[in-house]
Amino acid sequence: MSTIKIRTKRKDGITQIRTLISHPMETGRARDKKTGEFIPAQFIQQLTIQLNDKAIASAEMGASISKDPYFAFQLKGGEPGDKITISWHDNLGNTDSAESIIK
Amino acid sequence: MPDTRRSFIKKSLSIVAYITAATGGLLRSVNGFAAWPAEKFAQTGFDNAITRVFGNQQINKSKKVKLKLPRIAENGALVPVTVTSTLKDVESIAILVEKNPVPLAASFTLSPEVEAFVSARLKMAETCQVYAVVRAGGKLYSASKDVKVTIGGCGG
Repeated sequence: MSTIKIRTKRKDGITQIRTLISHPMETGRARDKKTGEFIPAQFIQQLTIQLNDKAIASAEMGASISKDPYFAFQLKGGEPGDKITISWHDNLGNTDSAESIIK
Repeated sequence: MPDTRRSFIKKSLSIVAYITAATGGLLRSVNGFAAWPAEKFAQTGFDNAITRVFGNQQINKSKKVKLKLPRIAENGALVPVTVTSTLKDVESIAILVEKNPVPLAASFTLSPEVEAFVSARLKMAETCQVYAVVRAGGKLYSASKDVKVTIGGCGG
């Protein structure tokens, strides 16, 4: 199952793009409560948003973004049938991508 | 014992080769993503972070940058933030948390196809200022807001 959920909503000439990604976003500074060991850092570093395969927004981030990151963007215009693609990759080289068609 | 010395040199050379390869791997782009700018996300003080992210470019406070944040965050692990701007030609929006170990939380690059708007959720270690810095027409504009954190978001 994809780690990425995408919701799009057209309103007043703007398409709101909201995404929720399931990811631990570990800083590397938190300790495991049972073992007392540091939990290794694991966080998304980069995120890209594409409209019909063209990049429209991107983000570089650190571990100061909350666990299971949520992001929202506003696309100018946007027509039913337009394809939104969202991809991320983290510091351990994991990556995922998902698509959503604007209704 | 010449043998041991030789093998020691061999080993150290291979370690150097390994480190070079590993660093090279970090700098290389992964799956079409550009290299992540580690220096901007260094664990450092706030002023140093500003310099690392924006160089010595002047940042002006602007009422055209709007920062929406709760005044009091009950849970520092999850602080919703929205940045909008009425400035023209917005190229990027950066969000910084003054007292986090890594002050820069995220930097968004926006194309002309999207509005000057981003929403995200932040972790905040303690009560402090949150800054939004917008790059528009090559210049930097900022807004900041004080957020009171009741439970910190780092370390548990």
